[in-house]
Amino acid sequence: MEEVRLMKGNEALAHAAIRYGADGYFGYPITPQSEVLETLEAEMPWETTGMVVLQAESEVAAINMVYAGAACGKAVFTSSSSPGVSLMQEGISYIAASELPALIINVMRGGPGLGTIHPSQADYFQACKGGGHGDYHCIVLAPSSVQEMCDFVGLGWDLAFKYRTPAMILADGVVGQMMEKVILPEQRQRRTEEEVRRQCPWATTGKKGRKQNVVTSLELDDDRMEQNNLRFQRTYREIEKHETRIELLNTDHCDYLLVAFGSMARICQKVMELAAEKGIKLGLARPITLWPFPAQQIAEAARHCKGILVVELDAGQMIEDVKLAVNCSIDVQHYGRMGGNVPSPDEVLNAFENLFINKK
Amino acid sequence: MNNKHSFPSTMKEEIIIAGFGGQGVLSMGKILAYSGLMEDKEVTWMPSYGPEQRGGTANVTVILSDERISSPILNAYDVAVVLNQQSLDRFESKVKPGGVLIYDSYGIHTPPQRTDIKVYQINAMEATFELKNTKAFNMIVLGALLKVKPMVTIDSVLRGLKKTLPERHHNLIPMNEEALRRGMALIEE
Amino acid sequence: MDINDIIKPENRVYKRPALLNDCHMHYCPGCSHGVVHKIIAEVIEEMNAEEIAIGIAPVGCAVFAYNYIDVDFIEAAHGRAPAIATAVKRLQPDKLVFSYQGDGDMAAIGTAETIHAANRGENIAMIFVNNAIYGMTGGQMAPTTLLGMKTATTPYGRRADLNGYPLAITNLLAQLDGTCYVTRHAVHTPAAVRKAKAAIRKAFENSMAGKGTSVVEIVSTCNSGWKLTPVQANEWMAEHMFEKYPLGDLKNE
Repeated sequence: MEEVRLMKGNEALAHAAIRYGADGYFGYPITPQSEVLETLEAEMPWETTGMVVLQAESEVAAINMVYAGAACGKAVFTSSSSPGVSLMQEGISYIAASELPALIINVMRGGPGLGTIHPSQADYFQACKGGGHGDYHCIVLAPSSVQEMCDFVGLGWDLAFKYRTPAMILADGVVGQMMEKVILPEQRQRRTEEEVRRQCPWATTGKKGRKQNVVTSLELDDDRMEQNNLRFQRTYREIEKHETRIELLNTDHCDYLLVAFGSMARICQKVMELAAEKGIKLGLARPITLWPFPAQQIAEAARHCKGILVVELDAGQMIEDVKLAVNCSIDVQHYGRMGGNVPSPDEVLNAFENLFINKK
Repeated sequence: MNNKHSFPSTMKEEIIIAGFGGQGVLSMGKILAYSGLMEDKEVTWMPSYGPEQRGGTANVTVILSDERISSPILNAYDVAVVLNQQSLDRFESKVKPGGVLIYDSYGIHTPPQRTDIKVYQINAMEATFELKNTKAFNMIVLGALLKVKPMVTIDSVLRGLKKTLPERHHNLIPMNEEALRRGMALIEE
Repeated sequence: MDINDIIKPENRVYKRPALLNDCHMHYCPGCSHGVVHKIIAEVIEEMNAEEIAIGIAPVGCAVFAYNYIDVDFIEAAHGRAPAIATAVKRLQPDKLVFSYQGDGDMAAIGTAETIHAANRGENIAMIFVNNAIYGMTGGQMAPTTLLGMKTATTPYGRRADLNGYPLAITNLLAQLDGTCYVTRHAVHTPAAVRKAKAAIRKAFENSMAGKGTSVVEIVSTCNSGWKLTPVQANEWMAEHMFEKYPLGDLKNE
């Protein structure tokens, strides 16, 4: 049954996965998301649901274990933070190219390089614009609360299996480390081997009663490889059509629009409250799917606005998609902090006022 | 639930708790957040994380609210609970006008100066000596906080502890209750 | 005697294994891979394991192993076969899981995965085809290339001061607590093929019995890369490769 708990975002990821009926987790410790593996090891789900939990020798091994599990039709996932997710990019490309369902979680920290362990959103480009080699996409979900950390585990797998494509939860150190009230879903049964065979007839489960299954991304015939690519692109168009998600707050009567995702969207809600006290009408558009990007919804929300402020924990990445969304017909500005710094609500409001109010 | 009548309209408390790592700052915040959960409130607990916790300063933002909570990161607080000089220096100015500042006097050489907020000096460290239990420090401070701002009931705190502590540690609950009551008494003194 | 008097089932002494597809292999004539594929297909058939066998193909010459051996296969990224075998076996413990790798895959780019899978004692069989050269990419130096051997990237012959020493990774794996059976064979004579087949069968049986990791190295030829005829390549292997990579069991528990 459902259960109300107080826990960190990272812990919620682990509990949500067990309750979803996950088959396996493969990961390597890295701050600020190590609680995922720690929680799984403490819960010992192999004793209850039969879920496999393995601390791999590296992120490279971990993502390839996920590739393998996905090839077997299993609900498998990994989690890491920015430098570790960089190491996984090759594997994610293989998962996408082999049309496999998998869940990858990035609890972002500040980069580039080894960077900092503190929160960042600077992996937006990596997550949404490819990351690894080749023309592919992950479905990218951006949670802004512990409840969404929990809910997006199930949503991510559901979408991944529906479209046979990797889904990524793009969180950050704030959402990973903070504790909130969370309603955990009911415990689901793991699928039986028969159910996996029915749901995933393409999976490498042993060729009992059927012909050989091969999971591969290799196709040396150029025309056939192009056909594969065209098939991937058709899937992406379907995902764009059906799975774009956004939350709009106070966008009906606002003069200016804030666009932010994840923890930054939470901070921007406070910015709206502070602005209202000063008589400034701000709305907030919070993309929940970063890919597919809710461009149309943002364009509609911004139609009557005098300007848009994109607030990110990076040097300006999502702003490119926002500018494309409004076709540069509205003044779009950026405010961001880097290096693990998180701006306070008044800092964002000051930046907004300097960019849009005081300059006039 | 049972004590919502003490906050007739919708309540929201934005609290910072700050001190040295090892003083139980984060766990005090956690107990407060869990007590809020026991009363069906929305709660957020946001720590400073990373190496700075270990031996250095630690702080945690706790927000209790009847409604959806916006930012877990704040620039102004309804309540600041500060347990060392660095934290006092850092957070005194961040208490909202009319807000509350509670500080433990142990090791404080420059007391707070503001007059537009309610300041409570407590002597929780000394109280631990009386109770012969230095581990009770954060529960004494929590008692003081809840006396000044009864945002959750002591009953909710104890029920929360009972739910989160493993059974083998339930024998510690009376000691925690004693520490809470001692902390409340510090405010009366 | 008419030829049709000879072609009768009762006279048949040899047949293509049922699990080896009837197609042209892309391997060069004289290459050891084809023989190793045939052995694996035979062993799976003899164990009645075709419905539970899952192979992991490498990057390298054997990248298309799944086109020849008719069981379920996953194509790995370069070097990651042991990580993939690990997950497949952990998630489906009742399956027969084997990885098939060349020297670059196993002992260069994938060394970490190789050692850690073996060290965890994953219940998998690792087949390691060591021909001391990168065949697919055109004959570059492998980690197992012998000192003095000329390759596309050591045209002067491998030098220890420039290129380090040949890596006998199987010897390393024998040191690990997670391995139960580590052995080295060749397939250059009928007798050697029989021994190699017995070793692969034992490795497969170990994995199903949950005994830990089994490693079967096949010291092999790459006559194209070595720029020798198939016969010369076999002779060169016996003369030079067996000295650094002697045949026999390194561990049998």
